[in-house]
Amino acid sequence: MSAKTKKEKKTGVNQWQEVFNILIHNPNAIIGFVIVAVLIILAIIAPWISPYDYLEMDLMAAKQGPSAAHLFGTDDLGRDILSRILYGGRYSMSLGFLSVGCGALIALVIGAVAGYFGGWVDNLLMRMMDVLSAIPGMLLSIIVAAALGTAYHDTVIAMAIGNVAALSRILRAQILSIREKEYVQAAKASNCSSFRIIFSHIIPNSVMPMIINCTSRLAAALLFCASLSFIGLGVQPPEPEWGAMLASARGYIRTYPYMLISPGLFIAVSVVGFTLLGDSLRDAMDPKLRK
Amino acid sequence: MGKYIVKRLLMMIPVILAVAILIFTIMTFVPGNPASLILGADATEEQIRIKEHELGLDQPYLVRLGSFLKQTFVELDFGRSYWTNTSVTEEMMERFPRTLAIAGFAMVFTTIIGIPLGIFTAVHEGTFADRIGVLLCVVGVSMPTFWLAMLFVLLLSLKLKLLPAQGMGGVQYYVMPVIAQSLGGISGMVRTARASMLEVVRADYVTTARSKGLSERKVIYEHALPNAMLPIISVLGGQLANQLGGALVIEQVFSIPGIGLYLINAVNTRDYPVAQSSVVFLSILFSLIVLATDLCYAAVDPMIRAQFTQGGKKKKKGKEENA
Repeated sequence: MSAKTKKEKKTGVNQWQEVFNILIHNPNAIIGFVIVAVLIILAIIAPWISPYDYLEMDLMAAKQGPSAAHLFGTDDLGRDILSRILYGGRYSMSLGFLSVGCGALIALVIGAVAGYFGGWVDNLLMRMMDVLSAIPGMLLSIIVAAALGTAYHDTVIAMAIGNVAALSRILRAQILSIREKEYVQAAKASNCSSFRIIFSHIIPNSVMPMIINCTSRLAAALLFCASLSFIGLGVQPPEPEWGAMLASARGYIRTYPYMLISPGLFIAVSVVGFTLLGDSLRDAMDPKLRK
Repeated sequence: MGKYIVKRLLMMIPVILAVAILIFTIMTFVPGNPASLILGADATEEQIRIKEHELGLDQPYLVRLGSFLKQTFVELDFGRSYWTNTSVTEEMMERFPRTLAIAGFAMVFTTIIGIPLGIFTAVHEGTFADRIGVLLCVVGVSMPTFWLAMLFVLLLSLKLKLLPAQGMGGVQYYVMPVIAQSLGGISGMVRTARASMLEVVRADYVTTARSKGLSERKVIYEHALPNAMLPIISVLGGQLANQLGGALVIEQVFSIPGIGLYLINAVNTRDYPVAQSSVVFLSILFSLIVLATDLCYAAVDPMIRAQFTQGGKKKKKGKEENA
């Protein structure tokens, strides 16, 4: 028994090393990682590197193209677009991570409880998930965002809810296949509490497919965050979220189209980064796709 | 098969009812009183109370929920808008074709361009064309649709003056929304089709087919492709739903009065009947799309078809058929 667990542990370590080795030799993974890392660092150090205050208006300098003083130009109210983009990254990145993270956390509890207990608990929870997934994700988030309001944590919840149903199903399916394994029965036989079995035996062994799915959801979450702000239900102006910046730029598309370019470019580049990273991670972890 | 469809349709009823209750409940938590919003800032307490009574807002939650459910599912009427007092059903029937036109055409392009392209890149894996295709698709799925749409407006209507920038009218008003909406869908579909095909190409039976000495053409089109189509079909329904969701946002850019503009406007003005009805309507549509996808899937996969047509008891026979 002990020999077996030792062996399993060893292969576990090797698996991670193998994934890491695959990733480090995959140029896409490196590019994705660099993009994401740079954007996160820029968002973190925004207060120290942004040349202006993101709220500082200077109507004399409104609607200027790029110049030495304003690298990305200024917007309709004379605010420095570069500073707004840098601060906007804080919203986009953190909302993306938090919404997927919160969604995963809720899904973790629901999926684990449903998968482990089975029976009517499973039935009840999964029918609830059926209802949630019967409403198109975008629509559900719009309604929830409208009901909760547009404060930061409300937006996180509204975006997270769209992820819950699918993620909890993935986890539940995985748990169903693991529930009958010997080590779970051994834990049961040794009078382990359900809570302990779920959280220290079952979840660590079944959470991988969900995590892989989460990485690909990050890219979608960033896009979704921008859409929500664009239609006015996410981050509110004057806060500088990228989607919200595009929404205000829309009014000046005839007179000052330059305002459109940089926020959209930053959304696209960050999503490219997350997509590349998510793809490579999935490929590296899926044995079927290995050559 | 007919029995299965009926069973699935019956299973939809409680789900849709629950959706309606959920949406109604969420909407009651939306801050802001529609009565005072409609009457404006100058309204007196008395006027607001009269308006609330008129709209039925003074009644308790359960009574309102009951009348909403009865109206929607028994009388099949979505009620009247708080603001314009027009019939929501009529308004939706007028608006929905516009949303459907955008989503539908985008879906058609997604399917007829995306799937062949994805299979092409998979078959030519590692070549220059494949690499370029994969790169373009990553960019394609990463661009926010509404941004792409605005760039189109900038280029095609404001600079080149080829197409109208916004509004309603003939076919020319739909060109840009549909293209903007399709590009993301096509990119996504290429990625799905490529991944699915790559998975199949590495399967043992493809190796067997090759080792039999079959021509590469035969291997790809007769052995690999039919099996690769299954996962592709299973994402088609989700794609259509995505396109519908995306159409809601793209309508905003082009000011096309479809369901999306209607819904978002209703949410912002606390027009409960409109918001609730739009969500219920789209959820029913969404559930039907999922069902249709499952049926397509069953029609293509003999293993699943056998389960559907014969039920659990005669599963064995279905397996024999496959063998």
